[in-house]
Amino acid sequence: MKLTLKVWRQKNVQDKGRFENYEVSDVSKDMSFLELFDVLNERLINEGKEPIAFDHDCREGICGACSMYINGRAHGPWEQTTTCQLHMRAYNDGDTIVVEPWRAAAFPVIKDLTVDRSAFDRIIQAGGYISVNTGNAVDANAIPIEKHDADMAFAAAACIGCGACVAACKNSSAMLFTSAKVSQLALLPQGHPERTSRAEDMVMQMDKEGFGSCTNTGACEAECPKGISISNIARMNREFFSAGFTS
Amino acid sequence: MLNAKIPAGPLETKWSKYKSTVKLVNPANKRKLEIIVVGTGLAGASAAASLGELGYKVKVFCFQDSARRAHSIAAQGGINAAKNYQNDGDSVFRLFYDTVKGGDYRAREGNVYRLSEVSGNIIDQCVAQGVPFAREYGGLLSNRSFGGTQVQRTFYAAGQTGQQLLLGAYSALERQVALGTVKQYTRHEMLEVVKIDGKARGIIARNLTTGKLERHFGHAVLICSGGYGNVFFLSTNAMGSNVTAAWKAHKAGAFFGNPCFTQIHPTCIPVSGDHQSKLTLMSESLRNDGRIWVPKKKDDQRKATDIPEEERDYYLERRYPAFGNLVPRDVASRAAKERCDAGYGVGTSKMAVYLDYADAIKRYGTIEAGKRGEENASEEEIIKMGKGVVAEKYGNLFDMYAKITGENPYETPMRIYPAVHYTMGGLWVDYELMTTVPGLYALGEANFSDHGANRLGASALMQGLADGYFVIPYTIGNYLADDIHTKAIPTDHPAFVEAENKVKNTLDTLMNIKGKHSVDHFHKALGKIMWDKCGMARNAKGLEEAIREIQALREEFWKDVRIPGEQNELNPELEKAGRVADFLELGELMCRDALQRNESCGGHFREEYQDAEGEAKRDDENFAFVAAWEYKGPSNFDLHKEKLEFEIVHPTQRSYK
Repeated sequence: MKLTLKVWRQKNVQDKGRFENYEVSDVSKDMSFLELFDVLNERLINEGKEPIAFDHDCREGICGACSMYINGRAHGPWEQTTTCQLHMRAYNDGDTIVVEPWRAAAFPVIKDLTVDRSAFDRIIQAGGYISVNTGNAVDANAIPIEKHDADMAFAAAACIGCGACVAACKNSSAMLFTSAKVSQLALLPQGHPERTSRAEDMVMQMDKEGFGSCTNTGACEAECPKGISISNIARMNREFFSAGFTS
Repeated sequence: MLNAKIPAGPLETKWSKYKSTVKLVNPANKRKLEIIVVGTGLAGASAAASLGELGYKVKVFCFQDSARRAHSIAAQGGINAAKNYQNDGDSVFRLFYDTVKGGDYRAREGNVYRLSEVSGNIIDQCVAQGVPFAREYGGLLSNRSFGGTQVQRTFYAAGQTGQQLLLGAYSALERQVALGTVKQYTRHEMLEVVKIDGKARGIIARNLTTGKLERHFGHAVLICSGGYGNVFFLSTNAMGSNVTAAWKAHKAGAFFGNPCFTQIHPTCIPVSGDHQSKLTLMSESLRNDGRIWVPKKKDDQRKATDIPEEERDYYLERRYPAFGNLVPRDVASRAAKERCDAGYGVGTSKMAVYLDYADAIKRYGTIEAGKRGEENASEEEIIKMGKGVVAEKYGNLFDMYAKITGENPYETPMRIYPAVHYTMGGLWVDYELMTTVPGLYALGEANFSDHGANRLGASALMQGLADGYFVIPYTIGNYLADDIHTKAIPTDHPAFVEAENKVKNTLDTLMNIKGKHSVDHFHKALGKIMWDKCGMARNAKGLEEAIREIQALREEFWKDVRIPGEQNELNPELEKAGRVADFLELGELMCRDALQRNESCGGHFREEYQDAEGEAKRDDENFAFVAAWEYKGPSNFDLHKEKLEFEIVHPTQRSYK
């Protein structure tokens, strides 16, 4: 296949940035989307040009590093698929593909398609944990947990922290990310002692980082590569409001 | 001979006796002691969090943009623990025994017993943190079985156990960051160990966003930077996984243990073309129900489904009737290679074998029909029901296969081939996890570890967390207790200046080569040498050739590598170049180690040492030792030996026939 790529290039956070066009030929349908970038980068290096910087690591859809906004969709056209697992058989000969970084005020661009997502770490630091020191645990089976709750907690915990939800949201809201952690811990008995402060502190940090509000458009859920449900946002809102009544 | 400092006394009491007699550091002094942790995988995150909780001043470093992305996140299957929740006769001793045997008698008994002892605490700790392990309807934890054992002791969270355990450790770490006990440096890469008076006293790290070099002091330094599988270029490791931190430690005086012990996992998705950047693992659990075969005829061009039953060679069932498709990883991998090398491979590359679910689908369909009372179900209906059962058990893996290959594994057999997965070798450490450099420790996959010559499934997660949560918090105190009078050393000390200059010179040299070939060009060439000559099967002639080829490639690299961009900015090519430069040195050492080990054991198979049927021949008389290599200069390594004593589990030949 022969493809045209329009890729966002930006030298650093101060640079204004622009799109650049690249023609790539001999694209195999068996390539992953990131392998297409490897091939293009190899060519750019051989031509004495600067390769395109992008975040990536595990290339099996679990580390959450890859983060490309492809033809207007976070992680591209396939449902519940990260950029690294998207394969070129999704495209046809002659296609033009536009590739941008995540766009959000809270995710400043570092270079090209690489953005700074450390705001997510700070949201977790605000309360995304259970305060238990090493060595204090009781026997694991001393805390039976209803299977349904355990399964729901797991489904929320499957979040990979990639930020697609923020990129897909017209308000750049981080509600899906934050609510997934709040939900996981609210659903488990181990998380109950801190649930009040957790919901308040994490929401407060989210606002502080400059993420927008939620207006229930559902784009986050539609684009989430791990299928995190928007019902987690409802659960977080409940946690947040009930915290207001009790604190 | 090296001294591993294993405590005296009976196996069962070594660790408890150590813990109750080890030196302690009082809380007021802990506040004054600084510890550097390199890496935020299971070992690094759990160690940094636990040491922060104890009151030490901790600095933690990772090259990823967040601590949560360390490659432990990708582990699929599970974590072993001797809980005996299933009442099937498991015990600390059995887990210990299985691990020593599975490692083909090349691990330390004392260490492995301690690992088994703390395995249960790990599960308790993780559940307390909110790790959502799989549960039964009664609300209690579920277990599954894994290769190399006869009990169900593996705890899991769907096919994402590593992710859930790492997020647990990461949350504990972020809590300490919030409390101010741990300072976190993301997008930072450690490039040198700083030694003062023979002790590890800090590191030089490069801020990957700005390119700036930074000096960091620590009373002790912990290397928790994972394994070196990416020396093969293609592996199941993440793209960024590297040996650099461990290799710098090695060059600073830490011995490197058993570098040739690498694990090749039998069930991975095969290479599809030259563009291939990494390989994807398909969980070992697929071998529970799938049947592995190749055509009986060489170079058979027919579609898999067109090849009749009698023209298929189920070679594992043929060679190993007792264990069949469930032989350990090393055995299954070599058998696949043997068939492909002999010309029976399938797919366009001919470097693959079939993993077939047709029988399992029929079997499960028939059981399901029986359960539903549909005794007269047609074959079509049975297959439909069977596919449903298989989808429930393995759906996520089948979907992943379909995404990557574009083929439907419910209709046509999957193609699989072995791929590099884990490295049992690593920095040599004593019982306290200290390397041969005082104050320099290695944890998790980065150390030469407790897995001997072959790691059993679901044991890597266990070891990483054991080291970080339950071993280092005790053993580091034994060292730091004598260091309470050492004040933080200012980083303008000459040793820091010298170390930074050394790093700066290397980076300058790399940038100024301005050669013709990309870093990947060299990495791929190295990977090919390693895979062909130091991979699943090795021989003396090939290893000698490989050593010469690697030396030549290394010379070419330093003359002809091209790194675009600048040093003082985000420059992924420069990062890769430094890592490949280290792989080019490590690769040679791996070959030297494989060459000196004149036996076949676990993941190390020397073609000269096999019996008439092609099975591995171990040599306990001459090779029951850990090979610990000392760096003496380029291409110059001295071999030291740590003799392995087996007081409890006596080595026998592993047989799976």
